Amino acid sequence: MNDTTLPHIVKGGIGASPKRVEDRRFLSGRGHYTDDINRPGQTYAVFKRSDVAHGVIRSIDTSAARAMPGVVAIFTGDDIAKAGIGGVPCGWQIHSKDGSPMVEPPHPVLAQGKVRYVGDAVAMVIAETVDQAKDAAEALVIDIDPLPAVSNMIAATAEGAALVHDDAKGNVCFDWHIGDKDAVDAAFAKAHKVATIDLVNNRLVPNPIEPRAAIGDFDQSTGEHTLYTTSQNPHVIRLLMGAFVLQIPEHKLRVVAPDVGGGFGAKIFHYIEEAAVTWAAAQVNRPVKWTCERSESFITDAHGRDHITHAELALAEDGAFLGLRVKTMANLGAYLSTFAPSVPTYLSATLLAGVYTTPAIYSEVKAIFTNTVPVDAYRGAGRPETTFLLERLVDVAAKTMGMDRVAIRRRNFIPADAYPYQTPVALQYDSGNHEATLARCMELADWSGFEARRAESAKRGKLRGIGMSTYLEACGIAPSAVAGALGARAGLYEVANVKVHPTGSVTLYTGTHSHGQGHETTFAQLVADQLGVPFEQVEIVHGDTSKIPFGMGTYGSRSLAVGGSAIVKAVDKIIAKSKKIAAHLMEASVDDIEFKDGKFTVAGTDKSKAFGEIALTAYVPHNYPHEELEPGLDETAFYDPKNFTFPGGCHICEVEVDPDTGVVNLLNFTAVDDIGRVINPMIVHGQVHGGVAQGIGQALLEHAVYDETGQLLSGSLMDYTMPRADNLVNIHVGTESTMCTHNPLGAKGVGEVGAIGSPPAVINAVVDALRDYGVTHIDMPATPQKIWSIINAATPRMAAE
Amino acid sequence: MPQVKLTVNGKPATAEVEARTLLVEMLRENLHLTGTHVGCDTSQCGACVVKIDGKSVKSCTMLAVQANGSEVTTIEGLAAADGTLHPMQEMFREHHGLQCGFCTPGMVMSAIDLVESHPEGLTEQQIREELEGNICRCTGYHNIVKAIAAAWPLMHGRELPQAAE
Ligand code: FES
Ligand code: FES
Repeated sequence: MNDTTLPHIVKGGIGASPKRVEDRRFLSGRGHYTDDINRPGQTYAVFKRSDVAHGVIRSIDTSAARAMPGVVAIFTGDDIAKAGIGGVPCGWQIHSKDGSPMVEPPHPVLAQGKVRYVGDAVAMVIAETVDQAKDAAEALVIDIDPLPAVSNMIAATAEGAALVHDDAKGNVCFDWHIGDKDAVDAAFAKAHKVATIDLVNNRLVPNPIEPRAAIGDFDQSTGEHTLYTTSQNPHVIRLLMGAFVLQIPEHKLRVVAPDVGGGFGAKIFHYIEEAAVTWAAAQVNRPVKWTCERSESFITDAHGRDHITHAELALAEDGAFLGLRVKTMANLGAYLSTFAPSVPTYLSATLLAGVYTTPAIYSEVKAIFTNTVPVDAYRGAGRPETTFLLERLVDVAAKTMGMDRVAIRRRNFIPADAYPYQTPVALQYDSGNHEATLARCMELADWSGFEARRAESAKRGKLRGIGMSTYLEACGIAPSAVAGALGARAGLYEVANVKVHPTGSVTLYTGTHSHGQGHETTFAQLVADQLGVPFEQVEIVHGDTSKIPFGMGTYGSRSLAVGGSAIVKAVDKIIAKSKKIAAHLMEASVDDIEFKDGKFTVAGTDKSKAFGEIALTAYVPHNYPHEELEPGLDETAFYDPKNFTFPGGCHICEVEVDPDTGVVNLLNFTAVDDIGRVINPMIVHGQVHGGVAQGIGQALLEHAVYDETGQLLSGSLMDYTMPRADNLVNIHVGTESTMCTHNPLGAKGVGEVGAIGSPPAVINAVVDALRDYGVTHIDMPATPQKIWSIINAATPRMAAE
Repeated sequence: MPQVKLTVNGKPATAEVEARTLLVEMLRENLHLTGTHVGCDTSQCGACVVKIDGKSVKSCTMLAVQANGSEVTTIEGLAAADGTLHPMQEMFREHHGLQCGFCTPGMVMSAIDLVESHPEGLTEQQIREELEGNICRCTGYHNIVKAIAAAWPLMHGRELPQAAE
């Protein structure tokens, strides 16, 4: 695809960086987040949560709590069971190697019989004020018999380990594989050398700065339930909660996700609190509001990553990759969160070719239950895990072969002219140019000048290192038929409804959801560009199931690639209908009508009609082709993607290690990404900055740590190291794009590239800095303690040499 | 219940609160000023920063009764009566210093205090270090740092002195 297939550029349209529409309200304190909403007569809910990781609930005595001031109601697992309320469902089903379906234990809204992680909700207390609800929750007498807990995958898979769910033998949820085992065995049989790595992808806590919140409201006169929630995808919540948990039909259930303060995946999932407040509101006949506290989010928001992997790469004499063999254990936590099974499988192992021509790949994944918070998608979801594994392994391979790290990458790149490229693990990449992103990134990062900088650092007694990652990821998921065949229990299309008003202004209703991505700006640019109307005359609406026909929300960098494509399709319908109206008004044939710069003209004449005149005619149809057309100008489009999109690029990181303290000082970070069509460069750069910051956080700072009894040790912002301003540097961002070939925009998506490409670049740099210490791998986060220990353990040996 | 009297954004404001009510709770729940946010329960994130008698304070770390008699400025009180944004707000907008907007009110309030208390000038490194008490999960801080540096000359009416490093 090239630029000529797209409409012309208008001011504020594609390629421009108008300031964001949403900023004025956010900067003046007029954002409208869930916790800012208060409904008349509202009550407050507090959840009493298990403080042991595993145990049998013997009894819950609510009598003293019920007598406390302000208490309206108290519900336990028994009440939920009696009301016939279902468990929160899982949206993706994986089958094991032997064809058997994954073990899918129920996930009750309030714990029944057993608690399975610290944070598992045992009771819900509803009172007139939050403080009264908290006080009453303290007065509950809960008798739990503790059971032995398994707090990590090693413990969970040991002989005789306690079982999180009785029907998941060995705590295994599924044992899955992909690829051609025999072809890989054959590749290893003829390998010149084999590079090997064992690594852990550290467990993370997403921590959007807005804690989750939910308000249930029930209208007795209409029987309509409303849920206000901090969600990335309100329609999905309506579908899952209405159909599977509470049995409320869609026409009686409205889900509103207003301004949402960051998601990063953690707000995709359907959480028990959403169902609890929606149900309880109808029970107490008053609105019920719950706002999560940060320490509560640490033990209830789904965590991310937590994989243990062993991988081997078979290499030919010239450094060509012959075959890749991967064995991964993935932690699912105590229950299956909404999309958990897809993360280590189809979002992960299908990317194992990366940007390389590896002809044979085989991967096995065992998914394990543990007594920890459920684990699910976190920015990148599966792709950061695979990218970290591959890009670390390629550096190890370079060392094994005695080759340069850049040369071995170039030797194995999929050439730009080999696209479309079929990988051995199901995906067909449509476009990319890895040499272009590599070359540009190396130039921006001054890769060739590095040795001089290293020497300069050495003079100051510091260890300088540089590292890169050349990565590719899959997003814009996905063709519904493909996703369905792979186990998805939902479609993955997107919806846009474009309403042109009589005076020519436009409201766009999108099924995607913006929680920081700036859709109100980018989508307005897109519509303005296509229709030739001023950017300011376009209003974007999202986040309310009562206004938007349908939608799958925002995750997996899909908003522009899938949601934007739906918008283009809907606007195309508007233009097609407008042409017919214009043809009628100008007494010409539709085929002769051209549309450009917001004007309809009859080809070869000076006759023209402005877009606004057509809009007015559509709503005041006095002179109108009534036999052929209905009045009005309002079109809806569903867009089902034809393939995944494949953003990629090159990230380079430069660090300096202080050998006395082990502190890694970040010096430089450069990201050059291929994300397809860019609508708003300012917003795109911002997305990359934020993603890279999270990737650097994973590489150097963040780690969710459980002790052996299942207590989360890093359970507050005092203990869990979030990246702060002084942990980071300015991030140099460039784009070097090839167009996506199968969607009308050419857009690939940018939300996750930063978090996917960056962690291996950082660790490759740290390992490079420690090149004289015999280090081939360091697990994330590369804390001062780890580095200092490595340096100290090696120093006597080096001194002796 | 104790009565707390404040001047908030230039106007008198009174509320009956429990002794344990935090200032941020009084602002959000009693005075309906929901621009000030709560992002944590350990005084780490800075989403709740407001100005009390000219100094930036984490309003989740102070009881409402402790603020009795004070002058409080919240994010809602920064723009001029005609809607003209404060230079710090304007620079956050200009430099894309916000994404989801949740950390933003506290970030802007802290940034204003930071610039006001450094009339001698500010280096990028200083800005980064002094932002220690404010967490943003969205932006990677890159554009926040840029916005603060850009607001300095507007707030002090002269060029930002080159760092004497
Ligand atoms: S809410 Fe005050 S510091 Fe987090
Ligand atoms: S803009 Fe989202 S937390 Fe800062």
